[in-house]
Amino acid sequence: MNRGTIRSYFIGDAQADRVVPPSGFTARLTLFAAGAMAFLAVFALALSLAAGRLADRWASELARSATLRITAPADQMAAQTEVALTILRQTPGVARARALSPQEQAGLLAPWFGPGLDLATLPVPQLIEVTEDETGYDAAGLRLRLAAEVPGAVLDDHTRWRRPLVEAATSLRRIGWISIALIGGTMAAMISLAAHAALAANAQVIEVLRLVGARDVYIASAFVRRFTIRALIGAVLGTGLGMGGVLLLPAASDEGGFLTGLGFQGLGWLWPLLIPILGALVAFAATWAAARSRLKELT
Amino acid sequence: MIELDNVGYSYGGGALLSNVSVTLAPGSFHFLTGPSGAGKTTLLKLCYGALEPTSGRVKAFESDMRGFDRDQMAMLRRRIGVVHQDCRFLDHLPVADNIALPLVVSGRDMLREAENLRELIAWVGLSERADALPPELSGGERQRAALARAVILSPDVILADEPTGNVDWEMSMRLLQLLVELNRMGKTVLIASHDLGLIRAAKSQVQARVLRISNRRLQLAGADL
Ligand SMILES: Nc1ncnc2c1ncn2[C@@H]1O[C@H](COP(=O)(O)OP(=O)(O)OP(=O)(O)O)[C@@H](O)[C@H]1O
Ligand SMILES: [Mg+2]
Repeated sequence: MNRGTIRSYFIGDAQADRVVPPSGFTARLTLFAAGAMAFLAVFALALSLAAGRLADRWASELARSATLRITAPADQMAAQTEVALTILRQTPGVARARALSPQEQAGLLAPWFGPGLDLATLPVPQLIEVTEDETGYDAAGLRLRLAAEVPGAVLDDHTRWRRPLVEAATSLRRIGWISIALIGGTMAAMISLAAHAALAANAQVIEVLRLVGARDVYIASAFVRRFTIRALIGAVLGTGLGMGGVLLLPAASDEGGFLTGLGFQGLGWLWPLLIPILGALVAFAATWAAARSRLKELT
Repeated sequence: MIELDNVGYSYGGGALLSNVSVTLAPGSFHFLTGPSGAGKTTLLKLCYGALEPTSGRVKAFESDMRGFDRDQMAMLRRRIGVVHQDCRFLDHLPVADNIALPLVVSGRDMLREAENLRELIAWVGLSERADALPPELSGGERQRAALARAVILSPDVILADEPTGNVDWEMSMRLLQLLVELNRMGKTVLIASHDLGLIRAAKSQVQARVLRISNRRLQLAGADL
């Protein structure tokens, strides 16, 4: 197959297209299958990308930050905080340690207690935000040292509750990609069946073409071109509808959490545009394989 | 052009043909006769590669057909024009397009061939019916269309299986005339036919040899015909 023949598939020649009779139901079948699969692929893609973003974000936060919580009587609070900060700054692997200001702490609590909260009236623990560097620190060693010198300190590295979430997001992303692969495979199977049906329905046409000296490439390309173009049109429609559907989903917000983050962001909108191209490629390969195997059976 | 060397063929049961050796020399004119079911169509199919011999060798244009891949076989079909006994067409295309089909599939420039095509269609008397679909044709019209399709690429060899089976005497003389003229231009012609009248008529115009299949063998019929 040289470049000339590949080009001729798409530019086509009107004569070659006419030698195969127009086929009603396989055409509609292919159009529908490609459209439906592209529609589903858009959502699977949106799911994968959103889950991917979530997993990345959680994973990086998980790896990067921890919280040190100091509970102490009000008069010792400042001293213990100072000791803890000193220890943290001496610990290898800690890039930054910063005590949250009362305003920041109030901001964290606002969702529960409402705005206008005066922290001074409550026995609120002091929070220290710990940021790791690339190498990371020895959490167990740090805990031991803190226990000895700052009795009221609890190191929370978030691992316990975030790890399962990251794992969930990661497997969600994996499921999304597997779905896309399955959708592609299903589309290939359906187009294969439609192509086989079309080839079988046109057995006499193929025989006559062979008898008058048509090469396999010529016969196959008449079918391949049709199915590829139909699949492309179907996939463009399906992708368009799917993207419209994603567009109608509520925008990402903190309140909605994961569900509202389902969609494409920025350049991510370019990803679904690959779906029609992939769909056409799948149709091309499936029809080509079907035609090849069918033609081999003839003399 | 086409050479059968000790060819045998069987469809699975007993041998239908055996020890068939014949050479179709360039420019020769042959008839092939024999009772119905003797294997005339089978022999023609062996000649254009639709069937592979169960024994022996078939050579076309100096090369053994067994070594041909599918593309080479397609090229061979362009050099051998075949009129099939059961003329098959593309039923969704008009007669003129069917006749032009070999030009189309071999990528010829249709504009340049348009005049040829029109002449050929006139020759086989189908000008009026050129826009009809094949299922709308009479048996004789189908055979004329099949002959036109077989010769449009101006092949070196023309194999015709009962080309005059369904046409009246006048039309069969016209078809024979066309084949004789092609032969005079140097084409090799092989016609399978029962029609002794046709064979006699041909013998008065060209030097035709008559091959007969009997008892699974191919024999050269004498001058008694
Ligand atoms: N595909 C096939 N499978 C099995 N047997 C076949 C097949 N084609 C033909 N035959 C048998 O082989 C024999 C020869 O057939 P063929 O068509 O070559 O005869 P023919 O000489 O052309 O006859 P006719 O003059 O009636 O056209 C016949 O008995 C036929 O039934
Ligand atoms: Mg026959």
